[in-house]
Amino acid sequence: MKSFTYERAQSPREAAAAVERVQGAKFIAGGTNLLDLMKLEIETPVHLIDVNGLTLDKIEPTAEGGLRIGALVRNTDLAADARVRRDYGVLSRALLAGASGQLRNKATTAGNLLQRTRCPYFYDTNQPCNKRQPGSGCGALAGFSRQHAVIGASEACIATHPSDMAVAMRALDAVIETVRADGTVRRLPIADFYRARGNTPHLETALMPGELITAVVLPKPIGGVHVYRKVRDRASYAFALVSVGAIVQSDGSGRVALGGVAHKPWRMEVAERALPRGAKAVAEQLLAGAKPTHENEFKLPLVERTLQAVLMQARS
Amino acid sequence: MHPRCDFEATRRQVLQAGAASVVVTAAPVTANAQAGGASRGRVAAAAVAGTALTKVAFTVNGKREELELDTRTTLLDALREHLHFTGTKKGCDHGQCGACTVLVDGRRINACLSLAVMHEADTITTIEGLGQPDNLHAMQAAFVKHDGYQCGYCTPGQICSAIGVLNEIEAGVPSHVTADLIATPQLTPEELRERMSGNICRCGAYQNIVDAITEVAGKKA
Repeated sequence: MKSFTYERAQSPREAAAAVERVQGAKFIAGGTNLLDLMKLEIETPVHLIDVNGLTLDKIEPTAEGGLRIGALVRNTDLAADARVRRDYGVLSRALLAGASGQLRNKATTAGNLLQRTRCPYFYDTNQPCNKRQPGSGCGALAGFSRQHAVIGASEACIATHPSDMAVAMRALDAVIETVRADGTVRRLPIADFYRARGNTPHLETALMPGELITAVVLPKPIGGVHVYRKVRDRASYAFALVSVGAIVQSDGSGRVALGGVAHKPWRMEVAERALPRGAKAVAEQLLAGAKPTHENEFKLPLVERTLQAVLMQARS
Repeated sequence: MHPRCDFEATRRQVLQAGAASVVVTAAPVTANAQAGGASRGRVAAAAVAGTALTKVAFTVNGKREELELDTRTTLLDALREHLHFTGTKKGCDHGQCGACTVLVDGRRINACLSLAVMHEADTITTIEGLGQPDNLHAMQAAFVKHDGYQCGYCTPGQICSAIGVLNEIEAGVPSHVTADLIATPQLTPEELRERMSGNICRCGAYQNIVDAITEVAGKKA
């Protein structure tokens, strides 16, 4: 691990200012992904700003009838919150499908959104990776790509976003609140949060340098049956090959977001209009233009079948 | 109290011998720390060029410890290399195996994926703080009774994790296999297996680990 200096932030604005002031500085919260990457020298911050002391660890009702989740709320606490379990079940389910109990106890809401891909070529510093080292190429394109993206990818990068939580957040139309050093506050819908892949896979989100996530806001509950189904190589503690987060209403309408298939949670509102016609119709629209590799083309039928299972579960 | 039998004593000696050989072959930093054993808790980090030092104070197994550490020091390395609580094990060092699991303010975490300096004022419990050979914690005794290990390397992490699991169930935290998110979580083998999935046992003692936790949970209920 490269050496770094360390400070504890006293306020969100101060934290943002500290990151802006020192080039190569980073925030650290749970640290479960950042420290992993620092040990491998994939991340090499020269200065860490510990934000754990900031009072961003509450889940509070909003005036609109939703919930404001502090950026530092741990994954365990978010999944176990009685309001989340009752009104946003897809979020509880997605969180509980991810990582291990120990990791969920440390990992934060904002950190979960910002976690890096688990692409093995990103993790192996001996391999080319445009995300880790822009311009070096992509080892996965002609390599082992069973776990990789089938849609939304580019010739520069076919890595997936690993988060389960973000898939549920996308289905729930969550809004990400941020602050910058000058006190500017932004509200970013999660649909606009992750950047298109293109030729710059190292630029992952719409966050500006020094911008700090302070909260994630859930709109008013929309009812319906909430399901999160994750298909993976082990029964527990593994990243998704394919996952489906869905909220299905009694009239057959609903929302569907996919994990494990793209560089971001994959949702297309227009495809959801096909829900009353069944999983095949929705999957065809969701995956129109998909470019799987030989190794991961199984994900296309797997999405349809997983969605079919989800719809059957929701309607049973 | 659970009486110690000769077999356990033999196993203990074997493990101690194993630990000693690790010390002999370890890096010079460990040797320096050993030499300063009398001033345990105040071992300064090696003065390497470019090293940033930060002070931190926390409580480990009931005793306040003050350290000045290279900022890179993980909680795991602080416990093992600086405070010599070597019961907590380093397995993968990347949060994948669970061997380094300790309890921080009663919650289980991977000590390898946490910086020591981020634990100011925290209360940390390692396997040594749960119980000692002459006064075992109920979970330690249950692991012995049910043979919840073979080589023993993952065991301290398994035991700390198991105690964390029971705390989480008691607090109403659901799991991936909980059928009803609203209902009180149940103490089934399926629940325990899911909740313990962050602790890998290469020897495959899982069935006996489930039995041990089930027995302790039953006594607690």
